Amino acid sequence: MNYVIIGNSAAGIAAAEAIRRADAAGKITVVSDEPYHTYGRPLISYYLLGATDRQRMLYRPADFYEKLGIGTRFGVRAERVDPAKKKVFLRGGKSLSYDKLLVATGSRPFVPPAEGLDGVQNKFTFMTLDDALALEKALTPASRVLIVGAGLIGLKCYEGIAERAGSVAIVDMADRVLSSVLDAEGAAVVQRRLESRGARFYLSDCVEKYEDGVARLRGGGEIGFDILVLAVGVRPNVELVKEAGGAVGRGIVTDAHRKTSLPDVYAAGDCCESTDALTGRQAVLAILPNACAQGECAGKNMAGVPAETADAFPLNAVGFFGLHVLTAGCRDGESYTERDGETYRKLFYADGRLRGFILVGCPERAGIYTSLIREKTKLSDVDFELLKKQPLLRAFSREARAGKLAQEV
Amino acid sequence: MKRIYVNEKWCLGCHLCEYECAFANSGLTDMVRALKGKTIHPNIRVEDGDDIHFAVNCRHCKDAPCLKGCISGALSRGEDGVVRIDKDKCVGCYTCILLCPYGAVLPGPDGHAAQKCQLCTDNLCGYPNCVKHCPNNAIVYEER
Repeated sequence: MNYVIIGNSAAGIAAAEAIRRADAAGKITVVSDEPYHTYGRPLISYYLLGATDRQRMLYRPADFYEKLGIGTRFGVRAERVDPAKKKVFLRGGKSLSYDKLLVATGSRPFVPPAEGLDGVQNKFTFMTLDDALALEKALTPASRVLIVGAGLIGLKCYEGIAERAGSVAIVDMADRVLSSVLDAEGAAVVQRRLESRGARFYLSDCVEKYEDGVARLRGGGEIGFDILVLAVGVRPNVELVKEAGGAVGRGIVTDAHRKTSLPDVYAAGDCCESTDALTGRQAVLAILPNACAQGECAGKNMAGVPAETADAFPLNAVGFFGLHVLTAGCRDGESYTERDGETYRKLFYADGRLRGFILVGCPERAGIYTSLIREKTKLSDVDFELLKKQPLLRAFSREARAGKLAQEV
Repeated sequence: MKRIYVNEKWCLGCHLCEYECAFANSGLTDMVRALKGKTIHPNIRVEDGDDIHFAVNCRHCKDAPCLKGCISGALSRGEDGVVRIDKDKCVGCYTCILLCPYGAVLPGPDGHAAQKCQLCTDNLCGYPNCVKHCPNNAIVYEER
């Protein structure tokens, strides 16, 4: 069997590992337009922060490909898939044949057009190692940096460069930071922490026009800058499948086996849409655990081992200068809130089940909450009053607890 | 594989396992020097209720959620089945803490890396020290 995997990050690697576990002899080739050994993409901000380095960023050990007998085509872009001929065409004219193909192409930064943006010299996005290296090269202790986007990417970028730049301003259309994962009160806690490190926020605002080193805001203000980081959002890389005639919605459409509408073509990770277990809606849940689970599932099916992925839901863990923010699920239904200084705990529940949570500054044992969402545990079966204060296994029945602690799981 | 299991009804709530864990992972051979006057950060934690006590540590799940969520590749499974964390690679994002259904992956004391039970394969003991010193056999190390 001849397997080709396009994409060298979480989904692609998980698939390669699953294939190799099931098929010791099959030929596996991983294609990536990045010229690097697999690395933890979300680690680029930690790299700038000095909390990791190029060696420690490796997502798998240095001998990973060799040990698993995986062929690599790095630094070359897959440009087209021909599902009839079962071929992937690479930039430069070469092609690869496949029996089973995985598209794990991830996403790319979305850069909305803005007046004068083309004329900005020092502008960067913040998704890849090359982005981080380029930004690092341009940064000086005197740099005035403007980050557009106060989401996960923009704020992690801020943390990474806060000590390496002269000043940093952050603009976002939303009225709060991390608007996709936090409510107003949780966001305010995070914002205060970032402001204490020198970040200047311009919220409910946007850049209307870039002029010579100045961003003019819709709200009337202006920000002088030397370096611009665009972290507005991302778009799934669906083109390979779309142009080959495969079904694409918000992302590449797959079934629960991670098979696309094209024969012998699978897709996994941030380029795909999946069903949100809580809302039932199709969404691009671009989070690493999801990419890894989908990649593993696709790999198994490609190698002939039947597998399905369960529906996922949003999960995010992020920290800023030691303040940890853990969130899951959605923010609807009834809620319970506890606040104390920089600690903020909010649980959302409806129909007798936990639907989501926000934990700022209190990460301990959060996975116990996550499991309540995942398992759709009836809150009448646990001591919810106890759980509101703290995630504890003591809140479960003795039988349920024995199932967790007294048997193989 | 052999794992640690908890017999809840035999747990006295003495917390000795926590001290033995902290000692085992201190790198020192003298318990007094390792623990006296120090705040301990063990990988096993006892939960106490009105009339129940039990210890919790990593279950080394067959399909471990923490492994799938790790953004840095710091978490991995050895050929012996043990789920381990490379604290040097860990950047402390705490995705593993968000994913562990047992609350068994813990924030490290320095906040920069997570920590978890590695069945004393990573220290001088070679055999789970919490199990060895549990006075009432409430923690056992066996195949189930």
